[in-house]
Amino acid sequence: MENFLQQLINGITLGSIYGLIAIGYTMVFGIIGMVNFAHGDVFMVSAFIALIIFLALTQLLGVSSIYVAIFIVLLASMLLTSLWNWTIERVAYRPLRGSFRLAPLISAIGMSIFLMNFVQAVQGPRNKPLPPMFNEVIHVTSGGAFDVTLAYKQIIIVAVTAVLLAGFWYLVQKTPLGRAQRAVEQDRRMAALLGIDVDRTVSITFVMGAALAAVAGTLYLVNYGVVSFSDGFTPGVKAFTAAVLGGIGSIPGAVLGGLMIGLIETLWAAYVSNDYKNVAAFSVLIIVLIFMPSGLLGKPEVEKV
Amino acid sequence: MTAQSISSEAMLDLRGVESCYGNIVALKKVDLTVNRGEIVTLIGANGAGKSTLMMTIFGTPRARKGQIIYEGRDIAGLPAHEVARLGIAQSPEGRRIFARMSVYENLLMGAALGDPSSTAGDLERVFAIFPRLKERLTQRGGTLSGGEQQMLAIARALMTRPRLLLLDEPSLGLAPLVVKQIFDVIRDLNRRDGLTVFLVEQNAYHALRLAHRGYVIVNGRITMSGTGAELLARPEIRAAYLEGGH
Ligand SMILES: Nc1ncnc2c1ncn2[C@@H]1O[C@H](COP(=O)(O)OP(=O)(O)O)[C@@H](O)[C@H]1O
Ligand SMILES: [Mg+2]
Repeated sequence: MENFLQQLINGITLGSIYGLIAIGYTMVFGIIGMVNFAHGDVFMVSAFIALIIFLALTQLLGVSSIYVAIFIVLLASMLLTSLWNWTIERVAYRPLRGSFRLAPLISAIGMSIFLMNFVQAVQGPRNKPLPPMFNEVIHVTSGGAFDVTLAYKQIIIVAVTAVLLAGFWYLVQKTPLGRAQRAVEQDRRMAALLGIDVDRTVSITFVMGAALAAVAGTLYLVNYGVVSFSDGFTPGVKAFTAAVLGGIGSIPGAVLGGLMIGLIETLWAAYVSNDYKNVAAFSVLIIVLIFMPSGLLGKPEVEKV
Repeated sequence: MTAQSISSEAMLDLRGVESCYGNIVALKKVDLTVNRGEIVTLIGANGAGKSTLMMTIFGTPRARKGQIIYEGRDIAGLPAHEVARLGIAQSPEGRRIFARMSVYENLLMGAALGDPSSTAGDLERVFAIFPRLKERLTQRGGTLSGGEQQMLAIARALMTRPRLLLLDEPSLGLAPLVVKQIFDVIRDLNRRDGLTVFLVEQNAYHALRLAHRGYVIVNGRITMSGTGAELLARPEIRAAYLEGGH
């Protein structure tokens, strides 16, 4: 029982990170019908940006409060990663829109490889560590077989995720910008007839996806304390799986899918075997897709022109 | 109420416009004028190029030749969203309601460009024209009836505060009573508010009765033009477009 509770806590933490990345996949797919294969690498880049800024703040500028440092890191990483992804869209995807269907996809794979190699070249192939932080724990239970603990960093991860998702939900559901995004997603030609600049709206979608990926990247760094150039791949694939599981195109679906993948992975590792935890997540995906082809919360039609 | 004021000043003037889908020429040397304050209709059979003409004004497909002069300026080649910002609104073929948005949100999409402080007043204005929409405000666009969707498409276009309103087959698939209602609204908007309307229709009888002037399009080419009454009286129009109807 204690073990289960502990794994639940760990799974939700991990799932929050997947959920944040998954939103970027799902929004871009929703609006231009493209799987952005480079999104996992954008996440990885954001973790590096976070790392560099964190080190600069604490070691060069002497910021002593770790909370202040992380807050600044979060904002700066969101900003810079957004700028980065905005540029990627302009350079690598937009010129190919209206070209044959697979062109942007291939371009995205190329961008993924480029980002990975670029970071490897500039940052070196080894893991980049961060001093441990937020390692204090709260003992949720004590006296049993072992204590169930909740680390401060887990609280931070879940809390930051929850606050950002709430803000993000408000943005998409209640503001003119979010409405324009949903309109472009549903019928881009009609949106244009009403004066919506479709290209600009697509750009903003990439920016928003990158900002959330940057939050995920920063939290990932806080959680694991290390990041390497290849760290975009596995979380990226998992988050993409989460987006498909939740129903690609659906934002609540991406969050739900992220939490589910995080939980499945953690519980599988704890109770079955650490070796096949990735297989477990994909198996669940396959089973869900057999019975619900458009995912848990997906819309039936996903065909894009 | 203001008396209708039709000027001979061209608001929209197409000169030798051609547009294509790939290698297929869909519009051939189209000359067409809409004067300020008029209702002008374009009638033609299915596939004649009516919707293409509407969309060409909005730049998709782009006019390959010719000029599209709107309020004295050539707008051929402008992207759709910039055309919309010049005060031209379109209720397109198939109505294109945002199916997963509420009626209210569909209307707000029409107000996307405008000054937010005038939105409330503009909403009241379209509710006065289409009271039904007010009753359906929270309903999803995709669940409306065809007639309601058409009302919403026109209302959404009006929310942009257009000076020129383009309507692509607003009567398509609607019950006669609803068609009459829609056409009455178009007449009111024109006579009472002075709105200039360019109306594409297969329903030639109603359209020609309503319009000040009309054009006939056949295979992408304008073959006839004249006042509504003139065109209605022509035997070839009666034979081709008014057979067995009305
Ligand atoms: N997106 C398109 N791609 C290729 N051909 C098209 C497209 N839209 C319309 N057409 C063709 O252009 C011609 C004119 O179509 P359209 O403007 O829709 O006619 P109408 O509105 O008068 O029914 C038709 O032959 C039609 O098949
Ligand atoms: Mg048509």
